[in-house]
Amino acid sequence: MHPAFSVIFLTTLIGVGQGLFLALFTVESYAAFDLLPPQAGRFYALGSMLALGFLVAGLIASFFHLGHPERAWRSAAKWRTSWLSREVIVLPAFMGVVFLYGAAHFTGFNPALATLPSGVPVNVTAILGVAGTVLAFALFVCTGMIYACLRFLQEWHTPLTVINYTLLGGASGFVLATALAALSAPEVAGFYGGWAMILTLLALVGRAASLLRNARLRPKSTLRTAIGVKHPRIAQKAQGAMGGSFNTREFFHGRTAAFLRQVKWLFLLLAFILPLGLLAGGAATGSAALLLAAFVVQYSGLLAERWFFFAQANHPQNLYYQAVS
Amino acid sequence: MTQLALVIDLNVCVGCHACVTSCKEWNTSGQAGPMSDFNPYGADPTGTFFNRVQTFEVGEFPNTETVHFPKSCLHCEEPPCVPVCPTGASYKRKEDGIVLVDYDKCIGCKYCSWACPYGAREIDEQQKVMKKCTLCVDRIYDSTLPERDRKPSCVLACPTSARLFGDVHDPESEVSQAIRESGGYPLMPEWGTQPANHYLPRRKTKLRIHEDELVRADNPLKVDGKLPKPAKAEPSLDDVTSW
Repeated sequence: MHPAFSVIFLTTLIGVGQGLFLALFTVESYAAFDLLPPQAGRFYALGSMLALGFLVAGLIASFFHLGHPERAWRSAAKWRTSWLSREVIVLPAFMGVVFLYGAAHFTGFNPALATLPSGVPVNVTAILGVAGTVLAFALFVCTGMIYACLRFLQEWHTPLTVINYTLLGGASGFVLATALAALSAPEVAGFYGGWAMILTLLALVGRAASLLRNARLRPKSTLRTAIGVKHPRIAQKAQGAMGGSFNTREFFHGRTAAFLRQVKWLFLLLAFILPLGLLAGGAATGSAALLLAAFVVQYSGLLAERWFFFAQANHPQNLYYQAVS
Repeated sequence: MTQLALVIDLNVCVGCHACVTSCKEWNTSGQAGPMSDFNPYGADPTGTFFNRVQTFEVGEFPNTETVHFPKSCLHCEEPPCVPVCPTGASYKRKEDGIVLVDYDKCIGCKYCSWACPYGAREIDEQQKVMKKCTLCVDRIYDSTLPERDRKPSCVLACPTSARLFGDVHDPESEVSQAIRESGGYPLMPEWGTQPANHYLPRRKTKLRIHEDELVRADNPLKVDGKLPKPAKAEPSLDDVTSW
């Protein structure tokens, strides 16, 4: 497939936003059970604003993918069948909850609505946090399923696609939360740093698993099934047009196999190995600059990862476009 | 239920591209707007087409065969492009099974083209909407046209009648008979899309001649000329046959 930068930015940016929100609410719920020191509302408000910023940036990026962005509202119609439609509904809902969560913390409007049997109060932010958590995971599933549901794109048609979207988004969000905590809530920076490393490691395992899986894939469709001629030797002599078409632009990445291999090693280094080192360094020295660098490096690695994700997928329609003339 | 479709006979197609040009001509002049071209006379001409003829070489020299392969939307009975459309712009008509795009609803997200294993959909770079073969839906029901012209324009243009058009759910239709009797097959059956369009395979015409057919059985001496006249008393053919 041809990697579109609008989609690369959409999926990586909202992943950071979702991960960051999950990180914020993780600390709030730990604090509610006295497992972590409680944080000021300012920290959550700042974090929510940052998460919302990433989500809005992702949404804006997605509009560049559309031929008719002014009709984007129509895309909520077919949520019964289309994962893209479901994403279009869940993303604004999640953004709304993140906004309310941040606003509740910012204004301090946080009355207890109920009390658990153990005596822990259930605040407005706890309700919003649970709703946001559900929506964040729902959004990961929607985003992943957009690709995983296309059964003939065999590189994508695996549960690993959804798992990796979740893990990669979660990891980048927790890395950003670590940097944020180092700047504004140092007591929880260690907690975030630990989880950021765990999630980055898990994401590495998930992504490596999908790389191994995809390396062993055998395409189900061949030129024989594509044109229905049962002969081992079929060669295309003309594709019906000499100047290229939508089919030759949209479904080919236009790079060499060597370039693809380089991008693979680049993203493995940038998205996983270097951030792990920087996180360890940041945890040891308490340097916010190192942690911020970890986020920036990991995010650029995720851009390469997403580029590779699209470029690696080999669409069966390419069988019909092997030779110009 | 009706399922209109094309049946394309690869044994007859000569690769003349008449279906491509007539399709473009009819559909670019319709109410739905032109199928835009870019750089038509430049170095890299490109544009929107609903139908293409591709050419494949089967086998190895000198035992090769050229297969001309027209490719357009197959109007699948289980179209994977329809459920993924977020707006409902892509739909399959209940009454005749044609898969269509509502150009006024399409947001140009290209997701349906990713979901089509055949590469049958193309985005119109000017109108920014997804386009595909409509089976000339604006023509086949046009009662102002004479009955025999109510067919897709590619079918009418084909000089060798390699393209048949009809209802593949009606067992007595021309297309169903062709599929049944000439070994019609769908493309990429492994994905379960159940394409309505079928292709008829290349067929070899072979004549088997036996040795005794090359030799005149009634000329054992292999001498051409008049047969010796039998004597009056000898039995002739008239005595042993009934003609």
